[in-house]
Amino acid sequence: MSKGRFGAHGGQYIPETLMNAVNELEAAYEKCKNDPAFQQELKTLFDEYAGRPSRLYYAKRMTEDLGGAKIYLKREDLNHTGAHKINNVLGQALLAKKMGKTRLIAETGAGQHGVATATAAALLGMECVVFMGREDIERQALNVYKMRLLGADVVSVNTGTGTLKDAVSQAMREWTSRMEDTHYCLGSVMGPHPFPTIVRDFQAVISAEIREQILEKEGRLPDAVIACVGGGSNAIGSFYHFIEDPEVKLIGCEAAGRGIDTFETAATINTGRIGIFHGMKSYFCQDEFGQIAPVYSISAGLDYPGIGPEHAWLHDSGRAEYVAVTDEEAVEAFEYLSKKEGIIPAIESAHALAYAMKYAPTLPKDRILVVTLSGRGDKDCVSVARYRGEELSE
Amino acid sequence: MSRIRNAFKDRKSFIAFITCGDPDLETTEEAVKEMVRQGADLIELGIPFSDPTAEGPVIMAADERALQAGTTTDAVFELTARLRKTVEVPMVYMTYANVVFSYGTERFIAKAAEAGIDGLILPDVPFEEREEFAEVCRKYGLLLISMIAPTSRDRIALIAKEAEGFIYIVSSLGVTGVRSAITTDIASLVTTVRENTDVPCAVGFGISTPEQAKEMAALSDGAIVGSAIVRIVAEKGKEAAIPAGEYVCEMAEAVHSL
Repeated sequence: MSKGRFGAHGGQYIPETLMNAVNELEAAYEKCKNDPAFQQELKTLFDEYAGRPSRLYYAKRMTEDLGGAKIYLKREDLNHTGAHKINNVLGQALLAKKMGKTRLIAETGAGQHGVATATAAALLGMECVVFMGREDIERQALNVYKMRLLGADVVSVNTGTGTLKDAVSQAMREWTSRMEDTHYCLGSVMGPHPFPTIVRDFQAVISAEIREQILEKEGRLPDAVIACVGGGSNAIGSFYHFIEDPEVKLIGCEAAGRGIDTFETAATINTGRIGIFHGMKSYFCQDEFGQIAPVYSISAGLDYPGIGPEHAWLHDSGRAEYVAVTDEEAVEAFEYLSKKEGIIPAIESAHALAYAMKYAPTLPKDRILVVTLSGRGDKDCVSVARYRGEELSE
Repeated sequence: MSRIRNAFKDRKSFIAFITCGDPDLETTEEAVKEMVRQGADLIELGIPFSDPTAEGPVIMAADERALQAGTTTDAVFELTARLRKTVEVPMVYMTYANVVFSYGTERFIAKAAEAGIDGLILPDVPFEEREEFAEVCRKYGLLLISMIAPTSRDRIALIAKEAEGFIYIVSSLGVTGVRSAITTDIASLVTTVRENTDVPCAVGFGISTPEQAKEMAALSDGAIVGSAIVRIVAEKGKEAAIPAGEYVCEMAEAVHSL
């Protein structure tokens, strides 16, 4: 079995042209991972620039209203740029810089990873090009403006369904044509090895902090950690330091779109099957001949037909559970948290909240749930308003 | 000697690629017969994939048209079997790992062998992932074609030593598609290959003119042309067989003149 495997999943299914680039990336990462100077530099960026550690907030009103388990929110939405994406991007951008690269390329769905990459590029004085599906450019106009403001070029991807998967394909094509000065700053725990491992390690700061914070606040580990899953980077970051603690349930919330019994869904574990795509073996939404299926979710960030290989393995082994949450449930959670706690969550994170809202009331009051609030919801106000039949003009 | 090795035995080889089912399978069938009649020594049949990450715009669009037209893997097997009744040159499939894996790797390769296919090119399966497919190919007598890129460097020897059939040398960085110039030092790539194997090698990516084909074939054992043929199909649609054949005639003559 080749490198970078998580059970049967993972691997390096990419064109030969890219193999030396990923091998060099792996070697550079191994070196930086064990280099205290690199780790210190990254920690300084996390703390001073991104605003880490992010808070673990006890959602008292939500807890009392639901009448079950205590709910804590891991506030990744309070990070600079408004989401967990900055954790991975600062790590990769610093790594790329150490490798002598001067240009970052990235894919983006909702635009959060694109904004984070453009931000890191501005901070470190690097060039930046972001590939974004035509559909998503329409859905997330504000983030497109932000990326341009930060100095990045945003390239519209018109092929296929014009969404995240097409943006990933186009970024991979671009990297194949220019590797010498360019690092592909992949935004999730997906793609060929070593990306799923690198991105996980940079996002694992989330669970490292949750662990420390919950022990301090409650003197024990939580009963469950709940996070939304598209490619799965905030989820793996939230799960990672609890994988060896079987008493902590790990729950990933996929986007069911209009429902897992419809074709308008992006719930990979619930509706997909094993395949090979975008450099990895994992679960994918596909037809009987292996053609990748068009997927749908109200959330541009979860609108991806695959899932990271480590999640596929956590599913196979039964260590984590993956549930599907519909658009309607997510929108309700989006509105609920805004009214109940004064926090507008990203529509992606609202999928995790929606499941917590169903789950918490079934548990006794001495149980503890941690829900990762992966991002803030400013970017989603227009589309949620539209979902509710209201057109906003700015 | 395998049918593929035979295609390189007496002369430089001209290899033609076409996307199956673009605009329909009848046109593909006629075009393949015509290209063989006009001198193609080996045919690459592209099985369309929804998200072909190694392809440029021309072949991406062809894949999309073929899938829109309802082309399935089973229909490509049937096309292959029909072609095999008259076509004597080697034919290989070029497609993506998921098309094979999702069908069931063994089931796919068994059906491909039964239909008369000689080998398989999977651009998203590098050396490291090769064995998963190669061991099944061996069981059914198919050859899994290896690719070498301008960035392969220290990997060339590794890849060449395991290679079978022929080696596909990727001429340039980036994806498939016509290029005005090929700047890679193909001669030195080929030298390294030849130090490690006697498997023939052919150059592809970016070749569209008889001059380019001749130049690349002179440096190696053959030239591979894809996008330029697919572009003719895109322009001529159901009338593509004859013009594709005429184009192949000109290209093959240039290669065979060496």
